[in-house]
Amino acid sequence: MKRRKDILGLRELEAEEIDEILTVGLSMKKLLKQNIKKLPHLGGRSVITLFYENSTRTRCSFELAAKYMGAHVVNVSSATSSVQKGETLVDTGKTLDAMRSDVIVIRHPVGGAPQLLAKTVRAHVINAGDGMNEHPSQALLDMLTMRESFPTLAGRKIAILGDIGHSRVAKSDLFGLTKLGAEVTMYAPRTLLPTGIEHMGAKICSSREEAVEGADVVMGLRIQLERQHAGNFPSLGEYAKFYGVDETVLRYAKPGALVMHPGPVNRGVELTSALIDGETSKIEEQVLSGIAVRMAMLFLLTKEEIA
Amino acid sequence: MILRGGTLVLETKTVHGDIRIANGKIAEISPALLPETGEDVIDCTGLLVMPGLIDMHVHLREPGFERKEDIASGAAAAVKGGFTQICCMPNTKPVVDNKVVVTYIKARAREVGLCKIHPIGAITEGQEGKTLSAIGAMKQAGAVALSEDGKSVASAGLMANAMMYAADFGLKCLCHCEDASLVDGGVVHEGYYATLTGLKGSIRAAEDLVIAREICLAESLDLPVHICHVSTYSGVQLIREAKARGVKVTAETCPHYFTLTDEAIKDFDPMTKVNPPLREERDRLAIVEGLKDGTIDCIVSDHAPHHADDKNVEYNYAAFGISGLETSFALSNALVKAGALDYCGLVRRMSANPAKILFLEGGKIEEGAAADLTVADPDEVWTVDPAAFVSKGKNTPFAGREVCGKIKYTIVDGEIKYREDGR
Repeated sequence: MKRRKDILGLRELEAEEIDEILTVGLSMKKLLKQNIKKLPHLGGRSVITLFYENSTRTRCSFELAAKYMGAHVVNVSSATSSVQKGETLVDTGKTLDAMRSDVIVIRHPVGGAPQLLAKTVRAHVINAGDGMNEHPSQALLDMLTMRESFPTLAGRKIAILGDIGHSRVAKSDLFGLTKLGAEVTMYAPRTLLPTGIEHMGAKICSSREEAVEGADVVMGLRIQLERQHAGNFPSLGEYAKFYGVDETVLRYAKPGALVMHPGPVNRGVELTSALIDGETSKIEEQVLSGIAVRMAMLFLLTKEEIA
Repeated sequence: MILRGGTLVLETKTVHGDIRIANGKIAEISPALLPETGEDVIDCTGLLVMPGLIDMHVHLREPGFERKEDIASGAAAAVKGGFTQICCMPNTKPVVDNKVVVTYIKARAREVGLCKIHPIGAITEGQEGKTLSAIGAMKQAGAVALSEDGKSVASAGLMANAMMYAADFGLKCLCHCEDASLVDGGVVHEGYYATLTGLKGSIRAAEDLVIAREICLAESLDLPVHICHVSTYSGVQLIREAKARGVKVTAETCPHYFTLTDEAIKDFDPMTKVNPPLREERDRLAIVEGLKDGTIDCIVSDHAPHHADDKNVEYNYAAFGISGLETSFALSNALVKAGALDYCGLVRRMSANPAKILFLEGGKIEEGAAADLTVADPDEVWTVDPAAFVSKGKNTPFAGREVCGKIKYTIVDGEIKYREDGR
């Protein structure tokens, strides 16, 4: 991987760099599958997770990834930290830097916050999700999961359905997948589609069936109940009826198409339970891919210093 | 004092000539003047001599936010930027909604003694949108207009009353146009770059709806209204159509709206955060066109200085605004260099029209008028360096930009209040 201090988004990563992370991630996943959880790569390093938003799965995943490679891990969350006392992100960053942290994993409700932190600190910064901007490790774990089924993503068709408008995952997936040569189709209520996404390489479809037609992967994105309250659609029931994916819709995809979702899933809203628990569902597989790909990210960012 | 050999920007033409200043007035304009014994002569060869520039939309932050700017530093920035008169917005602390604050600002302006400073009063008490502020008393104390700048008066009914009541005192409402329910936390223009950055956008209609509302009110009531910092192509069109059918609407825009687009936000630089937001190329072009055809009457800086701490935070938490007094002329001069305006047109928008709209003296070079004059080298190229700003606000998205047009002298009532060589 070219010398890069931080991983802030897939918008800035090159195809070769993504490919390298996936390749290393695949080896990490093989080890994990053999239940090998004691690797030396981050021995003596410290990793801080700095979360300004609630998260269970992403934080847990980064924490385990770092610990499996021998790092010291400290978790800081905004609810318990000096952030509550009004400290700015820049000052918090300087403090963590002064503690000789090697990597800071940040999640933040504002797009671009990881960039601000990265400019401020000497430590490596990994974006664990910033506002509606990017969630690179999620997209990388999605791609890793796909790569286990397909030797290459070039020419594959990925259908993404759900709350694309508020989704940092959809955008990171779009940037990453198109860089690796995949085709991305999207479908959502107009109120949940972001302006101009069609100019970023996505094909916006006019029906569920069109989006899913011939797809190798069908991915649902979480619909938050708060979007209903904000008036983006009338009710979860109506959403499921007109925009959800069930077996009838899935029939338009290629036989054996993978079913994916970054979680947490609203059963019967984005995807029906039959799909979530179906044979081609990769939703649980995505979770282990998450640890593997985060191990790869941590390792590749810090490896030269360790060697 | 004689300004010798400059290009004088008159109302409809430019001429080469000399200006004699005596007793604070323009005493004589002539192709060639002979200095009397001991009379100072300023060589203006190759320089533009303009009526003193007027910026009718400035935030001076005093009282209350002196960390960002005060009347002394703001006035120093104004004369450095070539402005002999500025109008300051009322969103201070306390808000300019009574004669005491108006009187305070005027007194401080006199003490500072650099440029003429005209306070603008709030439309409603505390800018809270509930009851009218002390409009008559503020007018008596010297307020030149009313504005809720920073937001709109949410109630159309109250706005109608404000326009009517203000008209009795010869005051206009300068309208910041923004529908809060459409902005809904948006910090940038809703478009490709909002999606790319994941920053929350607001659509043009958030501005246009209120522009249309103020135009409707002005038309129904047959009263004048002035639209602040127009940023959308559709807003320009609303104003153009209203003017065509005789509505008494005037409008202003800012250099950043005809210089930058929302592409500038792509790296999350909080210096690009401004309200209304930077929009798209089609908007930028329409703003230039609106300035060209006179739909937009004035160029203002919307000088919004902030402390470094107010910008060194996450984009959403950063303050809105650009410190603009010291770059306004050069950025506007680019319109002349691009052929969109001639110097008479530029001076109309930066001096004569603001004077006309607010009934201020000035805006013309003529014998007998107050000697408020701005002398600039229209061809000098320089690089914007916020560290060199005299404003306390170093917040600009133009840092490092090469611009053309440099202020050499700013003369107020016959006194040199700024000279580039510092003597």
